[in-house]
Amino acid sequence: MIITFVNFVGKSALDICSITGEFTLFLVKAVITAFTSQLKVAKTFAQMNRIGVESLSIVLLTGLFTGMVLALQTYIGFQRVGGEQFIGAIVALGLIRELGPVLTALMVTGRAGSAITAEIGTMIITEQVDALTTLRINVFQYLVVPRILASTFILPFLALFSMFFGIIGGYIVCVYVLELSPEDYETSIRNYVELTDIKGGLKKAAVFGFILSWVGTYKGMYTHGGARGVGIATTQSVVASSILILITNYFLTKLLEHL
Amino acid sequence: MMKANTHKTKIKIVDLQKEFDGHWVSRGINLDIPEGLMTVIIGRSGEGKSVLLKQVIGLIKPTSGHIFVDGVDITTLSGNELNECYKKFGYVFQFAALLDSLNVYENIGITLIENGMPYDEVLPIVKEKLKLVQLSEDTLEKYPSELSGGMRKRVGLARTLVTNPEIILYDEPTTGLDPITSRVIHELMFDMQKKLKITSVVISHDVETFKYADKVALLHDGIIRYFGDAKTIWESDNPYVYQFIRGLTEGPITKEIPYFKDKA
Repeated sequence: MIITFVNFVGKSALDICSITGEFTLFLVKAVITAFTSQLKVAKTFAQMNRIGVESLSIVLLTGLFTGMVLALQTYIGFQRVGGEQFIGAIVALGLIRELGPVLTALMVTGRAGSAITAEIGTMIITEQVDALTTLRINVFQYLVVPRILASTFILPFLALFSMFFGIIGGYIVCVYVLELSPEDYETSIRNYVELTDIKGGLKKAAVFGFILSWVGTYKGMYTHGGARGVGIATTQSVVASSILILITNYFLTKLLEHL
Repeated sequence: MMKANTHKTKIKIVDLQKEFDGHWVSRGINLDIPEGLMTVIIGRSGEGKSVLLKQVIGLIKPTSGHIFVDGVDITTLSGNELNECYKKFGYVFQFAALLDSLNVYENIGITLIENGMPYDEVLPIVKEKLKLVQLSEDTLEKYPSELSGGMRKRVGLARTLVTNPEIILYDEPTTGLDPITSRVIHELMFDMQKKLKITSVVISHDVETFKYADKVALLHDGIIRYFGDAKTIWESDNPYVYQFIRGLTEGPITKEIPYFKDKA
């Protein structure tokens, strides 16, 4: 019984070390490739289109309705203490500092991160990646680096759209549903939102874009076991990316705010 | 060690072993592949023929043993040296492994395109290779999903020919094809080998392949059990060959579907 338990703990520890090592080495290889080989510019832009432009509609909708709900919820609390004039600032700060980057990253993970894993995973199980290798095409340069760069670069733009539409959503609710003063909404945003808040949110979005593409490409490249394997890898990719994004968000917030 | 006596050896495999999680799929393979000839490797499904081919081209790292190509041990090479050596190789995959997102032109010319060659230089090369595999230029704009199995294999072969390889490894090139298309593919492989003096290594279950091959090797239980001339294979009294090519259930090759076995 005790030996079985020790075996289990030992094996689990070894597995964690092995996966962490593999995951880190994958990134090291990607970084080395990015700095030592020519960037595939056309492929990077194509990925920006797939990860960014094609995700825009869901990101805008998410931002818009998050802003609307946030305005409603904030109103419920603030009307009790007579602070309705601060709703704009709360909505804007919430969206810019947290909800915009995090929700954008989670939505893009579900849409584009899963697609990255599924696409590369399918290429692995159908030997397309082996074919690239036998043709002496650098697989990291061809498949991995453009996706990581594209995702890291495009996520801040998506987050920016999400923040903007969220603030618009909050405005619509405050002015047209709750019939509050539009001047209060605008003024509180101007008074309390600073450029550093926006910079912080965009930095977070870039880090999240990096994480979701790193996990997505890693899980794709290590897919095995046929169609079922692709399904498992895709699920693991979305779950792992989402959890990593949420955990990283906490530490990033502490780091950015020097807390 | 199995040797071909009359031709210079292009690939020499020495005591090659491969283990997957405690199971040995290659248990000490020794084989000399003669230059400029077509060598067919036969054996039951699951015997590790594809694994052998993938070890030769470096897609799978051997557990131990040596692979010499033109006298150079590629298992000791790394980086650019290894890359240079692999330039001699082409690999035709079992299901062609064409890139789904690229059309025929891009699939065939991918090596040139990725090396920055302009379109007007790539196109004539792609058309030339397309002609070699007897496909019309109408197929250039088509995507893999729009091609038949035989056409895909031809495109896969054309893609390999673009790199002007000295050695082509074929992984079950006629699997899943009808007899007529199989014959077309066999004749194409034979033509390529004779015209371009390419050393061909073919993995196949198809006894038709013997008609076009020069040498045959039989892999069973992780070891080469036979290596000899394809022309005389039907007269061979080697018990493994005798059983395999006639499809007999009785003989040294066991009835069970082979699976990676312990080395013991």
